[in-house]
Amino acid sequence: MAKKVQVVDDVTIRFAGDSGDGMQLTGSQFTDTTAKMGNDLSTVPDFPAEIRAPAGSLSGVSGYQLHFSSSDIQTPGDSPDVLVAMNPAALKVNVKDLAQNATIIVNTNAFDIKNLKLAKYDSNPLEDGSLSKFNVIPIELTKLTMSALEDLSLSIKEKEKCKNFYALGLLYWMYNRPIEITQKWLESKFSKKPEVLEANQRVLNAGYNYGEITEIFTTRYDVKPAKLPKGIYRNVSGNEAAALGFVTASLRSGLKLFLGSYPITPASEILQELSKYKDYGVVTFQAEDEISGVASAIGAAFAGNLALTTTSGPGLSLKAEAIGLGVMTELPLVIVDVQRGGPSTGLPTKTEQSDLLQAMYGRHGEAPVVVLAAQSPADCFFMAVEAARIALKFMVPVILLSDGYLAFGSEPLRIPKLEELPEIDVKFRTDPEGFHPYMRDENLVRPWAIPGTPGLEHRIGGLEKKDVYGNISYEAENHEIMTHHRQNKVEKVAGTIPELVVDGDSEGELLVVSWGSTYGVIKEALKNVRKEGLNVSHVHLRYINPFPKNLGEILGKFKKVLVPEMNLGQLSLLLRNKFMKDVIQLNKMQGQAFKISEIEKKITEVFGGNNGK
Amino acid sequence: MENKIDQVQEVKYTTKDFSSGLDVKWCPGCGDYSILAQVQKTSPDFGEKKENIVWISGIGCSSRFPYYMNTYGFHTIHGRAAAIATGVKLANPKLQVWVATGDGDMMSIGGNHFIHACRKNINLKIVMFNNRIYGLTKGQYSPTSEKGKMTKSSPYGTVDWPFNPIKVATGSGASFVARSLDRDPKHLQDMISRASKHKGLAFIEVYQNCPIFNDGAFFPLTEKETKPDNVIFLEHGKPLVFGANKEKGIKLDGLNPVIIDLNDGVHSINDCWIHDEFDENPTRVFLLARFTDLPGFPTPIGVFRQFNKETYDIDYVKQIEDVKAKKGEGTYEKLMFKSGTWEVN
Repeated sequence: MAKKVQVVDDVTIRFAGDSGDGMQLTGSQFTDTTAKMGNDLSTVPDFPAEIRAPAGSLSGVSGYQLHFSSSDIQTPGDSPDVLVAMNPAALKVNVKDLAQNATIIVNTNAFDIKNLKLAKYDSNPLEDGSLSKFNVIPIELTKLTMSALEDLSLSIKEKEKCKNFYALGLLYWMYNRPIEITQKWLESKFSKKPEVLEANQRVLNAGYNYGEITEIFTTRYDVKPAKLPKGIYRNVSGNEAAALGFVTASLRSGLKLFLGSYPITPASEILQELSKYKDYGVVTFQAEDEISGVASAIGAAFAGNLALTTTSGPGLSLKAEAIGLGVMTELPLVIVDVQRGGPSTGLPTKTEQSDLLQAMYGRHGEAPVVVLAAQSPADCFFMAVEAARIALKFMVPVILLSDGYLAFGSEPLRIPKLEELPEIDVKFRTDPEGFHPYMRDENLVRPWAIPGTPGLEHRIGGLEKKDVYGNISYEAENHEIMTHHRQNKVEKVAGTIPELVVDGDSEGELLVVSWGSTYGVIKEALKNVRKEGLNVSHVHLRYINPFPKNLGEILGKFKKVLVPEMNLGQLSLLLRNKFMKDVIQLNKMQGQAFKISEIEKKITEVFGGNNGK
Repeated sequence: MENKIDQVQEVKYTTKDFSSGLDVKWCPGCGDYSILAQVQKTSPDFGEKKENIVWISGIGCSSRFPYYMNTYGFHTIHGRAAAIATGVKLANPKLQVWVATGDGDMMSIGGNHFIHACRKNINLKIVMFNNRIYGLTKGQYSPTSEKGKMTKSSPYGTVDWPFNPIKVATGSGASFVARSLDRDPKHLQDMISRASKHKGLAFIEVYQNCPIFNDGAFFPLTEKETKPDNVIFLEHGKPLVFGANKEKGIKLDGLNPVIIDLNDGVHSINDCWIHDEFDENPTRVFLLARFTDLPGFPTPIGVFRQFNKETYDIDYVKQIEDVKAKKGEGTYEKLMFKSGTWEVN
């Protein structure tokens, strides 16, 4: 029977199961295939802090959400159109997020009394009518998988593990995607385990054929390729993009990249990624603790490397004193903080933007640093290059803020040509004539004279230094001069960063000001409220210290300013303080990104709740 | 690095070349003066160009050291010298990286960095000035202060057990472990010189007098009248003997060291423990280190152990070279366009 193909603009799918069910892998395989089909896409995982919470329990549910489209999209989607639920717990945790009339594909074999009880269901939701507003597709995933593998000698457990690929095969059929890309991936992954390869390939095929043969499905869907700017693309997560950005900065500057880092969620992937790039001469020093991570990087900066340390909020706290040393000795240093829910251990795997003030001020003394924030997974690449450029040009520590949402989320990166990226011009001082360690150029930048250079032997350190000469100085006036130098140097960075371009009218009723990972959600929300006739403008900050030069002027041209952020109002505080401009806050502290609808609702509310009319 | 021999021939430094000319501001009579003098005296023999020598320090009296050396220097923050020095060494393995530190800086706040630098055998030379007191903060007890010590922060005496730095270094895998005295310039020069030649992490504990807050702490070991009975010099391949006329020896009775009288007609020099600094088994090193805990035993001075094992920095460079040889030098094209890409037209 020929099945009809219906073309749709965009689809959001969420894969959910036990943390051992391979949902992240299933999702990322679907993503890779979809990327190569030319769709625009955005993804976000949601996984528990525990590696393997008890099987079947609510706390052990792991999810992966993918939004793909035939047009330009910015977020992984508010409400999934399709949920693949591998067990009752996965259904229970995710059903509340679904769009109306969403499709739920469930593994009915997992809906036994034990699992229902673990998921705290009093009755079986597949039978009690509670899912009546959804399109539920019950499939015996476990049983179908086992029977497809009957003749193989793998253990029952090994066979059962393949069921995620049955679901993947079925989804490929439903959304008209080829299975070959995943087949190829399996071949390289299991080249040394032919039976596991055979099992997974067979199950993937069986899932695909199930869609074709069974009468449950009458329609398959197609999402046409998106009209993206010309170029060569690859799909990147934020952490992967940051790693690629730093290697690129190393190539662009001609400096060896040194990373000193201690593993921490959600930043560890940057360390892992960079440890692969030995052929680029990258040194990744997995330090004994967070302090050694930054301290070794400071040592590497002193010796002339492009020095980097990566961490999350708790680690940034531990590094604070050493970053102050970086400020005092005016060495180029990049610190990446992939923010997570805090304080303390907080919500390690969940996202938040609550380290902004720590990045700005979390050191003793007057210790200004440059603060940047990436706006999307792919932007982590560009901001990594930018952080390196600024650190090296200005001999200053730069904190680059990312967060869990960007770190694990993914989207296509249009790969720039190397020449499209900013130049990173490094000049080591070699001339002993007239050299002093704290002499300054027009940007107040001191010379970088690295060990190994004859005739420039000198001493630096954390004690206050005499202006120009760099000897220890406790003079009252000198300390004031040096404090201003350090501050003014950071402010001079504003002369080398792009001014803001307002999205929308350059003056009016409402300006939304955002920073970091909220970019995509706000862009989508603005599309929607503008369709409703609301005239809203928007600027997004990737540079927070210093702010772009024209920010104050822009703020002055709007009656109201709305600042959505995933904290209790940290950017709001900075804006009020710097520009004496009151702002309306929209804050969310749930370890999750804003939903598009939450932003829309607030904007509507600001306009008087009546679409401003 | 292959040109080391040429460098020795072409570079002729004097002690003065290593003085930064800055006024030295330690208290009069401080043991640090001697350590500085011995380092400056031996530096010309390191076989390194001056610009390739880096001194890194933490915080404390000892950590002012780099300011007085006319080499590259970095006076960092409390406890972090070993970590910062590690970064310097890995960033440029050609540099000879020294660490000047104290008992508080290295055994207390910097303890974690110390043990891991030892474990990884990073090619650093650590000179720890041990005066068993916090001097710069004006007289609190340190992690090497003897139990019961009365200080400003322990008016009734400490109840802490002290660290024995030789044991800490040995237990952490340091490949060169030595002890010397600020008041024995020749011996100190010898230890510094030998540390400079060692390939791997070298640790020298220097007993150093603080004339202000812990004056005379090591006088039994350093003064002419008492030194012979209280100090035993470790020399490779030589028997452990001490005393004004070398009349006493140490014998190993199983795993128990015993002091023997070489003139009692029963024992002879042939009964003495022969020191083997190349013994990779640390058991005897721990026994030697324990002498300071045993009443009546002399304090060992000299090289406790040295052995060669791969250093972190050399292995790391080798790994990079191996991967480059296998995969070729990385390029932007390879980095970004190699796999997983698609084209939009």
